[in-house]
Amino acid sequence: MPAPPKATRKEKIKSEEPVDDAWILRLYVAGQTPNSLTAFANLKKICEDHLEKRYTIEVIDLQKDPQLAKDHQIIAVPTLIRKLPTPVKKIIGNLSNTEKVLVGLDLRKVT
Amino acid sequence: MRKRKTGLIAGTRELQKIPSGIKGFDDITGGGLPKGRPSLISGGPGCGKTLFAMEFIIRGIADYEEPGVFVAFEENIEDLKKNFKSMGFDLDDLVRQKKLVLDHIAIDRCEIEETGEYDLEGLFIRLGSMIDEVGAKRVAIDTLETIFSGFANEGILRSELHRLFHWLKGRGVTAVVTGERGDRSITKYGLEEYVADCVITLDHRIMNQIATRRLRVVKYRGSIHGTDEYPFLISSDGISVLPITSLSLTTRASEERISAGIPRLDTMLGGKGFYRGSSILVSGQAGTGKTSLAARFIDAACRRGEKCLFFISEESESQLTRNMLSIGINLEPWVKSGLLKFHAVRPTAYSLEMHLSVMLKLIGEFRPRVIAVDPISNLYPIGDDIQVRSMLMRLIDFAKSLQITGFFTSLSNDPDTGAYSIEPTEMHVSSLMDAWLILKNVEGNGERNRAFSIIKVRGIAHSNQLREFVMSKDGIQLLDVYKGREGVLFGSARMAQESSEIIERLNKTEEIKRKKRELESKRKLMENGIALLKEQYARDEEEMKILISQDISREKAAEQTKKEIAARRQVDRRPGLRSKVR
Repeated sequence: MPAPPKATRKEKIKSEEPVDDAWILRLYVAGQTPNSLTAFANLKKICEDHLEKRYTIEVIDLQKDPQLAKDHQIIAVPTLIRKLPTPVKKIIGNLSNTEKVLVGLDLRKVT
Repeated sequence: MRKRKTGLIAGTRELQKIPSGIKGFDDITGGGLPKGRPSLISGGPGCGKTLFAMEFIIRGIADYEEPGVFVAFEENIEDLKKNFKSMGFDLDDLVRQKKLVLDHIAIDRCEIEETGEYDLEGLFIRLGSMIDEVGAKRVAIDTLETIFSGFANEGILRSELHRLFHWLKGRGVTAVVTGERGDRSITKYGLEEYVADCVITLDHRIMNQIATRRLRVVKYRGSIHGTDEYPFLISSDGISVLPITSLSLTTRASEERISAGIPRLDTMLGGKGFYRGSSILVSGQAGTGKTSLAARFIDAACRRGEKCLFFISEESESQLTRNMLSIGINLEPWVKSGLLKFHAVRPTAYSLEMHLSVMLKLIGEFRPRVIAVDPISNLYPIGDDIQVRSMLMRLIDFAKSLQITGFFTSLSNDPDTGAYSIEPTEMHVSSLMDAWLILKNVEGNGERNRAFSIIKVRGIAHSNQLREFVMSKDGIQLLDVYKGREGVLFGSARMAQESSEIIERLNKTEEIKRKKRELESKRKLMENGIALLKEQYARDEEEMKILISQDISREKAAEQTKKEIAARRQVDRRPGLRSKVR
């Protein structure tokens, strides 16, 4: 696994005191593109709905820190990475399909 | 490396090119890859795409001071470094010098879930940051198509790849992108659609169990390029592309003549031997002395102090040197003094192209003045006529360009030992050769002898006579064959005929001598006879004289007596009757 990110700009949302089952989600974007804005909005909504206060979202803008694309093996943007809980999960796209995101994040079993 | 050729293939003004640094490739493309544009290299697995891409980057750094970025989709960095280290490229060192950036883009479909739209901006950012890191002028992406296995949305991928090629162009880097060969298209996913300027295919074909790599420039916009399939090699120092033939015949011909090592052969060639830098073919059946002739040629060159390279594929070096000692050729001192170098390898050890490359490499390193290849016919099992011919043509062209004299032997398998028939394969090769000598077995009288003749020598008036080729511990000799009433005779028949002629000649002179003696004695006999007759005659004449003189004296005496009687009788002087009466 790549080393823990040293993002210059982390947008921490609803970061409460660490809980045992805390979720760390990292969203890689490249500038303020429609896709990245959509992805962020979708992600935020999903977290609100399903994780309440147990999550942290870090947004990493690769344009501001290009080296991280190499370090973290990112090609497509937006890319969402679930750092915690393990195992690491990777979802790409603007997260417009909520069902798929929930399945991808193991928040809902496939029905 | 040869300088860029003028004439047929030359860079055009419209398109600037940068040399790839890959041996031979820049020759066939008239200068290299299109500058500041992406080129596509396509090929099946194991055909050398990665090496081509990497060599392009490394040569750029080493030879043209152009830093590079290498993006690997398939191999990870450690493997890459290890693989190229074994080929003598120290990637770590280049990375430390800040001239090279390596990146491995891992794509694992099973880890990735896709929902909604995305783009590959991450890849662009990644590339961009690496290009900026070292100020790269060259970029290689190997194998870009792997990306198709990582993402489900082909529509997005295609438009992103399209954008990528534009982006690369926009960055002004010269890029090499590799792609997997497809069944019906040049690449599996049709990458060639996006690359407008230069498309090259690599191929790895197996023929007669021997693999040959080939390279072909499928498309090179705005540039004339060779369209042939060019064999290329992967050797210890990278790729080398071998142009099928040297594109022009511009080698300067030497006026210098060199001895063939056999005085009689030199005299057959107008007394001076072969031209320097010419190519000489000796063909003949098994055991006719081709190797010996080649060894003699090499020996003669070494005696002149010239460096020689002897490619042998039938015997080992020690076996050949030992065998040559039996005909008075000692090659060992030349090997020891460094004038002579052997390269002994079985033809089937590797492909024709590999042989050629090894030969060219050795020639380039050793810089001999004379090379010999014994025999070229051994190359036929590993390539067809055209391939062997093309390989030899390139070898000869290369040698000629360096004014190296080439001596080639070829085994004929003509079953008809008596006749001088010329085989098609030799016909093929012989047109490449400046001189063609033939050795033949001549059977007859229960023995086999060797006949030597010159079929052609370009530019030298040469003897058309058949010679007997004789090898003994004293060396090689060319002898006159017997031509006469009995036809052309060789060997002991020739010797027998010659001696019988000598005897015949001796006999004749004896006869004449005898006749002479006979005549002499006859003359003596005749002279004796004449003398005898003369004597007889003289005797007779003498007798006659005696007789005559006797007669006269007798008459005188009778007269005297008469007178005396008359006086006594006192006969009157006057004759009368009385006197009668008395």
